[in-house]
Amino acid sequence: MLNAQRTQLGQLSAQSAWCTLPHQTCPRKTQQSRPQAWRSSLGLIQPRWQQAQCVLLTKASSRPAAHRRELRLQTAAHSYDYDLIIIGCGVGGHGAALHAVECGLKVAVLEGHDVGGTCVNRGCVPSKALLAASGRVRDMKNAMHLKSLGIKVAGNVEFDRQSIADHANQLASSIKGNLARSLEALGVDMLVGAAKLAGPHSVKYGLPGRVDVGGEITGQDIMIATGSVPFVPPGIPIDGKTVFTSDHALKMDWLPKWIAIIGSGYIGLEFSDVYTALGSEVTFVEAMPDLMPGFDKEIARMAQRLLINPRSIDWHTNVFATKVIPGEPGVKPVIIELTDAKTKQVVDSLEVDACLVATGRAPYTQGLGLSAIGAAPDRRGFVPVNDYMQVLDEKNKVVPHVYCIGDANGKFMLAHAASAQGISAVENMCGRPHVLDHLSVPAAAFTHPEVSFVGHTEEAAREAAQKGGFADKLAVTKTSFKANSKALAEKEGEGLAKMMYRKDTGEILGVHIIGLHAADLIHEASNAMSTKQTVQDLKFSVHTHPTLSEVLDELIKTSHVDPPAQKRPEPKVLDPKLKDLQPLPA
Amino acid sequence: MDSLRLHSCGPALLPFRVPRAVPRPRTSITVTNAVKEIFMPALSSTMTEGKIVSWLKSPGDKISKGESVVVVESDKADMDVESFNDGILGSIVTEEGGTANVGEAIAFIAETEAELEEAKAKAGSNGAAPAPAPAAQAAVPAEAPQAAAAPAPAPAATATAPPPPAPSAPAPAAPPAAAPVKRSDGRVIATPYAKKLAQQLKVDLASLAGSGPAGRITASDVEAASNGAAGGNGAAPAAAPAASQVQQAAKPAGSAQPPQRAPPAPTAAPGSVPEGAPTTVSELKGRTEPFTSMQAAIAKNMIQSLKVPEFRVSYTITTGKLDALSKKLKPKGVTMTALLAKAAGTALAKHEVVNAACTPDGQGITYNDHINVAVAVSMPDGGLITPVLKDAHSTDIYQLSRSWSDLVKRSRVKQLKPDEYNSGTFTISNLGMFGADTFDAILQPGTGAILAVGGSKPTVTADDQGRICVLKQMTCNLTCDHRIMSGVAAAEFMQTFKAIIEDPDQLTF
Repeated sequence: MLNAQRTQLGQLSAQSAWCTLPHQTCPRKTQQSRPQAWRSSLGLIQPRWQQAQCVLLTKASSRPAAHRRELRLQTAAHSYDYDLIIIGCGVGGHGAALHAVECGLKVAVLEGHDVGGTCVNRGCVPSKALLAASGRVRDMKNAMHLKSLGIKVAGNVEFDRQSIADHANQLASSIKGNLARSLEALGVDMLVGAAKLAGPHSVKYGLPGRVDVGGEITGQDIMIATGSVPFVPPGIPIDGKTVFTSDHALKMDWLPKWIAIIGSGYIGLEFSDVYTALGSEVTFVEAMPDLMPGFDKEIARMAQRLLINPRSIDWHTNVFATKVIPGEPGVKPVIIELTDAKTKQVVDSLEVDACLVATGRAPYTQGLGLSAIGAAPDRRGFVPVNDYMQVLDEKNKVVPHVYCIGDANGKFMLAHAASAQGISAVENMCGRPHVLDHLSVPAAAFTHPEVSFVGHTEEAAREAAQKGGFADKLAVTKTSFKANSKALAEKEGEGLAKMMYRKDTGEILGVHIIGLHAADLIHEASNAMSTKQTVQDLKFSVHTHPTLSEVLDELIKTSHVDPPAQKRPEPKVLDPKLKDLQPLPA
Repeated sequence: MDSLRLHSCGPALLPFRVPRAVPRPRTSITVTNAVKEIFMPALSSTMTEGKIVSWLKSPGDKISKGESVVVVESDKADMDVESFNDGILGSIVTEEGGTANVGEAIAFIAETEAELEEAKAKAGSNGAAPAPAPAAQAAVPAEAPQAAAAPAPAPAATATAPPPPAPSAPAPAAPPAAAPVKRSDGRVIATPYAKKLAQQLKVDLASLAGSGPAGRITASDVEAASNGAAGGNGAAPAAAPAASQVQQAAKPAGSAQPPQRAPPAPTAAPGSVPEGAPTTVSELKGRTEPFTSMQAAIAKNMIQSLKVPEFRVSYTITTGKLDALSKKLKPKGVTMTALLAKAAGTALAKHEVVNAACTPDGQGITYNDHINVAVAVSMPDGGLITPVLKDAHSTDIYQLSRSWSDLVKRSRVKQLKPDEYNSGTFTISNLGMFGADTFDAILQPGTGAILAVGGSKPTVTADDQGRICVLKQMTCNLTCDHRIMSGVAAAEFMQTFKAIIEDPDQLTF
């Protein structure tokens, strides 16, 4: 595949007169010092040779995008260094860059910190390493479960905290390297520096205290993908030692015996899974009336049964942690003052060994210079965008050629959602209007067992049905992992899957799963939703037996769609050989 | 979870309505008035106990017939259980997360508000009934934390189970367990696991001094307090029965062994006071105290045993493997008592007659349906009671251990129901931990045999090939009722028992 592309590109280059231009003109090498003269002398065709040049020099796969190029040649009045500048190289920026290259755009990516962003360096990826190790410890220590499978572990299960932490760090750096290489291989320019918008098509970048790094580049389109940082409520001083955010917790410098986790969302939940497996005790502090707000109620109840009650966890709900006094490990406890969410009275105080603040994430948009393009972040710092991911100015008007994706726009703060938004934005730049259906974006918490969902919760579905006037058509179907042979073979029958759908149309409104490998199972549902497949369509899909995928199969098979009122359409003849067959007389 | 479709796993279980003919395990609860019970239903043919997932109603809520009241988790699925009666939910016996045997009352429903109090009282008078459930419930989820929380287990365990590796950089090693200090500000700071344990073990956290940083109460503090309250001297519940047997052996079996202490009554003047004659205080030396009601009951039972033609069979059993197994399972809460009871139960299953009893009129043999192993336990006031491990052969060792620790705890606060101490079909008395080599137990009325377990110690002996070796051995002495079994029957049982103890792995499965 890669070779074929190279050959194709090679032919293109060979036939092209532009390729005779000297190597030094490659923007990769002379980024900051490109002579303005070339640009003017080459005029309109400049972007085109630049692209070809880049391909030639990097010997990388990059498809010619004749279609779009022609379009731009006809319409562009100016010429720019790049077709697209992406600010931020997290999972969102990376996904967008890959897709942009595939669409034939010449792309630069600016990264001021770590390639890979939060997900790879301080989020999903290292936390999965911790969960993998601690999950194994949990399994090995669960003598009852092992015994039920006929296994005995002689002696104690031991682990080395530092080695687990090292595994997480190594995983992060290796994925980080992979990401960087994948972009370099495609001929994407990776520029180091924090970016600041200088105008509608222009970005300045640099690093504080470094004069050798930085410059200004121009682009036809600009994509803001700066992501987010942990949100820390006021009154909580982070010392990085006894009071910390997920950033520090993932380094796992020590294991507190008792840790309070402020916030019981999926970040808090995953960390509680890690900590309890490694022998720590956990206290949740949650401002909402119930733990795991945002989860489907029934799933949350099950999660409470599986992930909270049987473990060394207690909790305080309806309270804010209004004041936190850091302690000293082993010497002085951390003191957390709890204030009732309603009465605003201080109701209790905790004395724990450490405090993890997992109260969500705040957009990282400071210093971006949104005012240069006439836009401003909203109250919470998010960049306002429309459905096409185009940035809106203060009057809610589209700022042309500037897009914002990922955590920075706050629409759906998950790595894969950012990537999907980036792809959607690139489509829009290329003149193929696209709107990402956020309801079909799945999400998961990688606890043991996992929790995953896509679309509406049952509560939200009922509300939507009420509003949409199809309340009587809303149906819910459920199945237990206890009914799945594979789950029973694993002796992991604890789990539940449920699906909300319309009885009249068969449209899937939401699927929620808690149970073994739920995070992997959700994609049949999310893909069906994104491609608008109905329950009826899915009934004909075949699942390998016995697999956990049959949990979804069971949901689909147990759903009942009202027969259509109109006459059934003539059955399509699938096999051409059968075309000549006459229908049987009625 | 109301619309679960079960997929090729067992018979159709619908409807979930509680069958009226659910067997009642205890006849002591008879409902003649308008207060009705909700039973733990049998949701599948294999279900023996169910776990309460959640109560859909709270006490005081009106309930109509057919309405879902509670979600029960069986071995197969979670199901809603409907009420059979209209009324008001008076009280809940088995809380959420608790387990109850099939047929046990899990809540009471009052028909009218007037009967509400009665319904509430019922749950109370059921006395110990609520206790086993939460305790059992607590024990089940506790498995996970116990397994997961390395630093949590009892102080004894911490010595063997290494704590998580000392944190490197900023983390100093935890200060060595300081002497427990009560907080000066009067606040109770307890870790989540400590709170859970306290609830299970019914320990009042406010009464504890914490050994953690700044007077924090940890799980081990709770465990220590619970053991202290239970045993007085004993750290593990297993130590409790031991104390009891000292007295058992000392009192009635006084003639066979020199009394270890001098209880005033039975040994002071044997023969000088004719049985049944009124006691004249002036004839006695020293201090005389009347029997407590329990002592009186024991005395009566012991006298009854004199009407039984007893004989004894003694075996020396090698315990190396049993000791190893016990050591391995100890961190999981499995006690030697439970292992012995399980071994006895397993052997009894093969020797029906040893589990039988002579009828009170001495005219027949009653072969018992259940194998209920009673184990003698001493009471703080010097009394003796024999809590019963029901169906010891078919209950798994972990459940057995949990039941045992629950029984011991409740027996000390005299919360056992009659059924829990007088339904034994076989008795074990263990003086092993006191170093008794061998001793002789007296038959409990209504049973056919009692096993006296001596201490296990290294003994120079010869193996099968006649080579001299040192093995850990104990002597077990079975006392039997000769009316119902012969010496051969007793010996055969002891052979089986010996085989199990010497190859104890089967006890864990």
